Parts: sequence; structure tokens; C-alpha cells
Amino acid sequence: MTTLNLDRRQLLLGAVAAAFAPSTRAKAHNGTVHVTIENLTFVPAEIEAKVGNTIEWVNKDPIAHTATVNGGWEVMIPPGATATRVVQAGDGVEYYCRFHPNMTGRIVIHA
Amino acid sequence: MKTYKVIGAGLVLLLGATFGVLADDKPTDPQIAHIAYTAGVIDIDTAKLALSKSKNKAVVSFAHSMVNDHKAVNDQALALVKKLGVTPEDNATSQSLVKDADKKRAELAKLDGNAFDRAYVENEIAYHKQVNGALKDLLIPSAQNAELKSFLQTGLKLFQGHEQHAEHVAAAQK
Repeated sequence: MTTLNLDRRQLLLGAVAAAFAPSTRAKAHNGTVHVTIENLTFVPAEIEAKVGNTIEWVNKDPIAHTATVNGGWEVMIPPGATATRVVQAGDGVEYYCRFHPNMTGRIVIHA
Repeated sequence: MKTYKVIGAGLVLLLGATFGVLADDKPTDPQIAHIAYTAGVIDIDTAKLALSKSKNKAVVSFAHSMVNDHKAVNDQALALVKKLGVTPEDNATSQSLVKDADKKRAELAKLDGNAFDRAYVENEIAYHKQVNGALKDLLIPSAQNAELKSFLQTGLKLFQGHEQHAEHVAAAQK
């Protein structure tokens, strides 16, 4: 019985920890989701946003990047600059930098 | 294990042959800095030729980003070597890179229109592949200074990105 109780307690602790664990995806703060670009990497690579939120890319590299969706929209992000996009329905997509296609990111839309 | 060692030694020799250095003659940090800087200058010069010759929008845009990116990264490289107190040192590898690039540029200069655009982009793919191989297998492992190594790693990511960009431009040309 002791073992069983311990197991239950561990399970409960595990569930509580999971509920409060920080998500690996960045979410909007005051309606804006921030993505930093540094050393040719989108950080975080995956973000969560609601329709109407703003995604803000801050380019810390000395070179120009883009956030490009194949066959869709493109945001130019000049060196050292910040660029934004207001999230629309259908923006739950993978995106990449057209100048450096090995840079990729993902947007997940949540209600 | 022996097989791997033999293959490994073969690869180093192959790279050594391409980059004009011997397998047991690892480049020093001042030489690595010179090679990396030279590789950027070469790509800027070839891009300038493309800008003077091409009327293709995708090719011109690609060439502009080569000029801008490599200039920005080479400026960073200069700032880094200054900070580290490293004086880039000319060497056989840099010289062989320049010699090959001059020859290639002279060939490209004779072409016009679509023939030039295709040859330029194909050469960009091949050139970035060659530099990526050298960065990954020779220059990064040989670099002694941690900051230089990390800089080269970012450089590798940049060159790999350019290789993919060039491949996208080439695919659209077909």
C-alpha cells in the first residue's frame, strides 16, 4: 500500500509539475509574440499566437533576413531592425528565411 | 575502426588537395582568419560581376544579398581579429582560392544572358559547397580560439544558407 500511495503522490506531483512547466513555445505578451533572430536562428523557433496578435521579429544579425511562407506572405527584416505581422486566420504555418532557407520557424494558432 | 581512420585520412587528404594544404599541416588561427575573409571577398567580387551582367531579377537579388551578407560578416571578422589580436596571414590555401576564383570569373565574364545566369548560380552552389566542406572538416576543427571557432560555425550556417538560396534560384531557372 505504501508503495502504491507513493506512486500516486508521484503521479500527482508529476501532473502538477507538467501543468506549470513552461511551454517550449513562446506565447503572446500584451498581444505581441517576440521572436529574436541571432546567428541565423529564429528564437524561439516555434511560437503560439491568436488571430489578431502581433508577431515581432527583432533582427540582431548584421544581415537582412525574411520570414517567408512558401506561396504566401513575406516579411522583410532588415539588419538590426524590427518587423511585425498581425496574425491572420491561416497563419498556422512553417516559415523560413528566403535568403538563408536553413533558417526555419513555425507558428501555431490557438483559439 | 581502421576503415574509418583510413576514410578519415582520405577525406583530410582530399580536402588538403582542394584547399592546398597538407593533411598534417593544419592551418593556424591567423591563416584560418585569412582563408575565411578571402572566401568572403571572392564571393563579393563574383557577385559584383553578376550585378554588372545580369538582368534576371532573382539572380540580381541573390547577388545583392551575397555582397551585403559577406561584407557584413567580413566586417565582423575584422572586428573579431582586432579584438583577439590576431593578424590574418596570407597562405597557400588563400592564394589557391583566389587563383581558382579569378579563373572562374574570367570564364563567367565571357558569357551573357541566360547562359551567364545559369553558370553564375551553378558556380555559386559549387563554390559554397566547397567552402562549407572546408569549414566543417578543416577550418572549424583546426581553430584554436573559441571565439574564432564559434564565428566560423555561424559562418558555416551562413554559407549553408547561401548554398540553399542558390539552389532555390537554380530550381526556378529550370
